[in-house]
Amino acid sequence: MNYPSNIQAAKLATLPLWRSRLLFVLLLLGMGALIVRTVYLQSINNSFLQQKGNARSSRVIDISAHRGMITDRNGEPLAISTPVESIWVSPQDVEATPQQVNQLARIMGMNITEVKNRLFDTTRDFVYLQRQLPPEQAEKIVKLGMPGVSLRREYRRYYPSGDITAHLLGFTDVDDNGQEGLELALQNQLGGKAGSQRVIKDRKGHIVEDVASIRAPKPGSNLALSIDSKIQYLAYREIKLAVEQHHAKTGSIVVLDAKSGEVLALANWPSYNPNNRAKSNLQVLRNHAVTDLFEPGSTLKPFTVAAALETGNVTPQTIINTENGTMLVGKHKIHDTHPEETLTVAQVIQKSSNVGAAKIALSLPPEKIWQSLNESGFGIQAGSGFPGEAAGKLHDYKKWRPIEQATLSYGHGISVSLLQLARAYTIFANRGELRPVSWLKLDAPVTGKKVFSDATAREILNMLEMAVLPGGTAPLAQINGYRVAGKTGTAHKLEGGHYINRYISSFVGLAPASGPRLIVAVMINEPNNGQYYGGLVAAPVFSNVMGATLRLLNVPNDTQLGNILMPPADIVKEEV
Amino acid sequence: MVIICALSVVTSQNKARKLFAELQKERDRAQQMEVEWGQLQLEQSTWAMSARVEKIAVDRLQMQLPKSQQIQFIRAEELNKPSAQP
Repeated sequence: MNYPSNIQAAKLATLPLWRSRLLFVLLLLGMGALIVRTVYLQSINNSFLQQKGNARSSRVIDISAHRGMITDRNGEPLAISTPVESIWVSPQDVEATPQQVNQLARIMGMNITEVKNRLFDTTRDFVYLQRQLPPEQAEKIVKLGMPGVSLRREYRRYYPSGDITAHLLGFTDVDDNGQEGLELALQNQLGGKAGSQRVIKDRKGHIVEDVASIRAPKPGSNLALSIDSKIQYLAYREIKLAVEQHHAKTGSIVVLDAKSGEVLALANWPSYNPNNRAKSNLQVLRNHAVTDLFEPGSTLKPFTVAAALETGNVTPQTIINTENGTMLVGKHKIHDTHPEETLTVAQVIQKSSNVGAAKIALSLPPEKIWQSLNESGFGIQAGSGFPGEAAGKLHDYKKWRPIEQATLSYGHGISVSLLQLARAYTIFANRGELRPVSWLKLDAPVTGKKVFSDATAREILNMLEMAVLPGGTAPLAQINGYRVAGKTGTAHKLEGGHYINRYISSFVGLAPASGPRLIVAVMINEPNNGQYYGGLVAAPVFSNVMGATLRLLNVPNDTQLGNILMPPADIVKEEV
Repeated sequence: MVIICALSVVTSQNKARKLFAELQKERDRAQQMEVEWGQLQLEQSTWAMSARVEKIAVDRLQMQLPKSQQIQFIRAEELNKPSAQP
């Protein structure tokens, strides 16, 4: 058996030695080359290659965080973000049969050619097919199992109360960022911060492994507003009815908690549906109560009179010569609708006498009036932080002419927002202290700024109560079982620098007068149905909303029931 | 030794994958529930809208807002007092 191998060995032995040496050297070189290459790849060029490798499979994906919920003060949801799915495609990876494309178009309710255009637009890496689909529809699309088509979770905002809270809350854009109203003002607290995560994906885009979380998503915080949705509904319903009944252009209403300055309700009519803004125009989106200015008219008189009481020159019983209802200041005439020879200071407020207010104002140094109005918050933003909040105009007293000083006393030549006006009345509810307004529910009591003395605030409150009783301009503002204090306002509108025969009717009031808990301010813009006096147009709205709200909040009666007394109808007219 | 290490790496990798799959499933479930919660909340507040409640109360149940003359207030302190009449 050994024989043949012996022969072979003999043959091998005869081969020249250099051939085996050569082979050995070649193998050695080959191995050397491999080692060099290994070293090159593993250590020198390592990071570059790893990067390339990762780039092919590892992806950083965003994890969207949802926006915080907005609730009213009792926890009723007012704005909720619910997840929806956006469909996006990476056209280079798309593999689709015509049948699948048809189905896709049908599910999304889109035109087939449009879908095709987007699916096969290979010049782009990322195309949205459809944004914000409800989850059920998105699920059907996933079931089609088309490579290259993916979902992206997004959030859409829904407003269950719709048009009732539309102006207050505003709305968000398609990326769920606040665009208007409180959604914009509170964006920092509400907005969530999207997180990101590194994952490994296979060729078809399925996530295979979760490598590391780079940043955890941080959802926005939930906020409780100061709004009470029941009061809000009531206010909205009443303002809507009033605007329709008087064929007015717009109407606004603000309900404030007199002690804390919390906004319990704020509504405007016309309103819009924030869940479907397709049909709304810019005009409808305006929050008139906060962003629009108007000349307040007689609702400003209490501040003029308060300034006068502060100086000590007059008391509520001081008699003012009201000149039988007409007075000349320079070339201008000031009128009263109910001419009287004399009125006391208190009656000036009760009967809303322009001549009386002008006389009181002219007896004061301009600086004093300016200071009182300025400290009451006129001419400066109410500081509520609402986007587009109007500051109003209060001209510098150094430039006042006597006629300006006289007309200012009854609210002409000054412009305010309804929110500002309502806030200013917190002075009379808090012993002369102006309280800040708040959109958020407050737990701790707030402190304000002292503007008038205790005594002045109390005296004004008494005068305002007289204005609502028979003999005043607003008997229609009376509420069964509660004492009410308030002031009407009727002002001509300014257009192109001239007063025209269109009006703004307003009413601001506090109740219960024995210890005010609430302030309601109503403004009706251009009532066009025959009546335009604040005491006829705005006061009934006040009475309805205030009465229902007091009962809703279980505020005890401060007078016996059946306290409403109606005077002759004529008295409610006031000079404008 | 090497073989044992290699095998345990494989096993733990496998375990990790399985656990990850489970985690993913739970996350999906959590999301599903979140979606549902949001929808239910919306649904609830839609049903409970003041306008709708008012309409049903007035139209279907024939209820009406009591006039202020029809409202009687009862004070808690008066309730606690012994009543004058037997």
